Amino acid sequence: MTVSPEQQRLLYRHLLLTRLLEERMVSLYRQGKMTGGLYRCLGQEATAVGTAFALEEEDLLIPVIRDLGSVLVRGARPADVLRQLLAKADGPSRGRDAFLHFCLPEKGLYSGIAMLGTAVPVLAGMVLADRFLGRRTVGMTYLGEGGTSTGAFHEGINLAGVQKLPLVVVLEHNGYSYSTPSGMQCAAATLADKAAGYGVASAIVDGNDLLAVVEAARAAVAHARAGRGPFLLECKTYRRKGHAEHDGQAYVDAEELAEWSRRDPIALFERQLDASGVMDAAARVAVRAEVDAELDAAVTEAEASPTPVPDPEFRGVRADEEEVVRRRRETFVGGLA
Amino acid sequence: MSGTPAREATLLDAVGIALAEEMERDPRVILMGEDIGVYGGAFKATAGLLDRFGPHRVIDTPVVEEAIVGAAIGASLRGLRPVVEMQFFDFASRAFDMITNFAAKHRYRTGLGVPIVVRGPSGGGVQAGPFHSQSPEGYFARTPGLAVVVPSTAEDARGLLKAAIRDDDPVLFLEHKLLYRRAKGLLPEGDGLVPIGKAAVRRPGRHLTIVTWGAMVPLALEGTDALAREGVEAEVVDLRTLLPMDEETVLESVRKTSKALVLHEESRTLGVGAEVAALLAEKAFEWLDAPVVRLAAPDTPIPFAPALEAAYLPGPATLLAAARKLAAY
Ligand SMILES: Cc1ncc(C[n+]2csc(CCOP(=O)(O)OP(=O)(O)O)c2C)c(N)n1
Ligand SMILES: [Mg+2]
Repeated sequence: MTVSPEQQRLLYRHLLLTRLLEERMVSLYRQGKMTGGLYRCLGQEATAVGTAFALEEEDLLIPVIRDLGSVLVRGARPADVLRQLLAKADGPSRGRDAFLHFCLPEKGLYSGIAMLGTAVPVLAGMVLADRFLGRRTVGMTYLGEGGTSTGAFHEGINLAGVQKLPLVVVLEHNGYSYSTPSGMQCAAATLADKAAGYGVASAIVDGNDLLAVVEAARAAVAHARAGRGPFLLECKTYRRKGHAEHDGQAYVDAEELAEWSRRDPIALFERQLDASGVMDAAARVAVRAEVDAELDAAVTEAEASPTPVPDPEFRGVRADEEEVVRRRRETFVGGLA
Repeated sequence: MSGTPAREATLLDAVGIALAEEMERDPRVILMGEDIGVYGGAFKATAGLLDRFGPHRVIDTPVVEEAIVGAAIGASLRGLRPVVEMQFFDFASRAFDMITNFAAKHRYRTGLGVPIVVRGPSGGGVQAGPFHSQSPEGYFARTPGLAVVVPSTAEDARGLLKAAIRDDDPVLFLEHKLLYRRAKGLLPEGDGLVPIGKAAVRRPGRHLTIVTWGAMVPLALEGTDALAREGVEAEVVDLRTLLPMDEETVLESVRKTSKALVLHEESRTLGVGAEVAALLAEKAFEWLDAPVVRLAAPDTPIPFAPALEAAYLPGPATLLAAARKLAAY
């Protein structure tokens, strides 16, 4: 299963789109236009892009905070992602939730919650249902060193193991969990070690080498789809920014950071594209121009979107809520000003 | 420590000061939590404590809330006084079992107390979305065996946290993140202990009582200023401890004013305000001149967008409208 030249060109576009969209987010954040925190994926884009690229259209994906790339590969529009970050009324969560917490079910994209690890059992249930319904769907989600410390992850992967569920959990080994270095998060040398205790298959790949990630993810997805049970794919990468933009990452060693900056996934892929002749510098510049134009339009579109207007009846919590709304109308003293 | 001079502090400083003072006073006090040591905590409440007390007493943990609280319970059974930080109090959901089943029921079952403190930021108003803004006090305040404390001033944060650490049973200590830097005060000389289970009358008044806590206290005080200009004198009772609730202070105030408004940030149905209203129905019925008013967030998750969150949280306009209506009843 080699990655065809055409696929490589598409991958390059996804990779660049992820990087450049994040740059737009940073600028909106600095202008004070964003609501909430900004969690960056600089330097680890190849992991999210490459793994999501290995999925088929009918497959399912739940991202965590550094997986902007996976959301774009699934087909979320940059303008909609920006609307979400700007907490706009017509954003995918209509201003109700933050960042990558939104669902686009038609694109197989579902939302996690902030509590780390929760997506693993939920996605296990989604693919369990799909198998029951005769669909051959594979579910993919992501977790870092911190996330794989949680009980929810362990319970979820255990359940998926005994049920032989088609679930791929991408373990994003990026050096830190907030300020906590990997070695303080888990005594095991690798995250993939966690698979053995549950009788689950695993592999480790260089998360900054896009083509290697795609190939490893394809193997993991094939394993899951063949009914051989869940798969933990550890991608070794690095979080080059703080936990969120407010975090100046004073706890990070400058040498280490410099070393990983030299292993930038985009620069690496560009060298590979040069060597293989799949896409020359001129072609890449053309893609960049195209992506820039798309993002100019996306920013304009998102900024022009309306902000949400509070619903005086606070609907949307449950489907059948007329009765509840009626009571609320009677009892919510003062109502909205 | 007695002998500490009075000083200005924010509520956030006060938390750090209380921890340091108690660690200084009692070598059994240890801290555990995520990113609390090297980083000093997501909100910097524990900044400097690792350097001062060392890694045996300031323990950085993995993302394992259930294990943090579980280990704190265990350490307390062997004589330590653990204080654990939830990076956001929302994540105490992960330790719900340990808190409500292990810690809360331990003394009743075995006769052995579990002197732990679980502390961390709670509350909304900072556009942090549904999972970093919750006011989870109601989930816990109905669990026998726990104490639930929510300070609204810097002085109380210090005095109550110190009391919580010295308490022989589990205490949940919710620090409203909106008040971390906004609530400033003069920390008194000496220990400044504030007893758990005692409410405070923040503003005396004759015409109605506002019973509240946390970030709703400054809102209520602002509201009373505005009401005073209209000739309505509202009394503000800051519960400070939700469990056990200081019934006497609430009853005394309402027996005087004959009108009560319960103001809270957590959602309305089965919130702590319901308990206050029930208390008044049971024990102040003859004194009441009007139905008890509950002003609370609506029964939805707390939303992310600024305009939605502002409409969700009780604010000055809703408070004034409700208080005027009650005063005129
Ligand atoms: C249960 C729970 N505890 C704590 C947090 C706060 N928190 C958010 S992200 C994070 C670090 C996660 O690190 P990791 O899993 O390595 O992912 P990374 O940020 O490196 O991508 C923490 C502690 C949370 N979201 N959920
Ligand atoms: Mg990490």
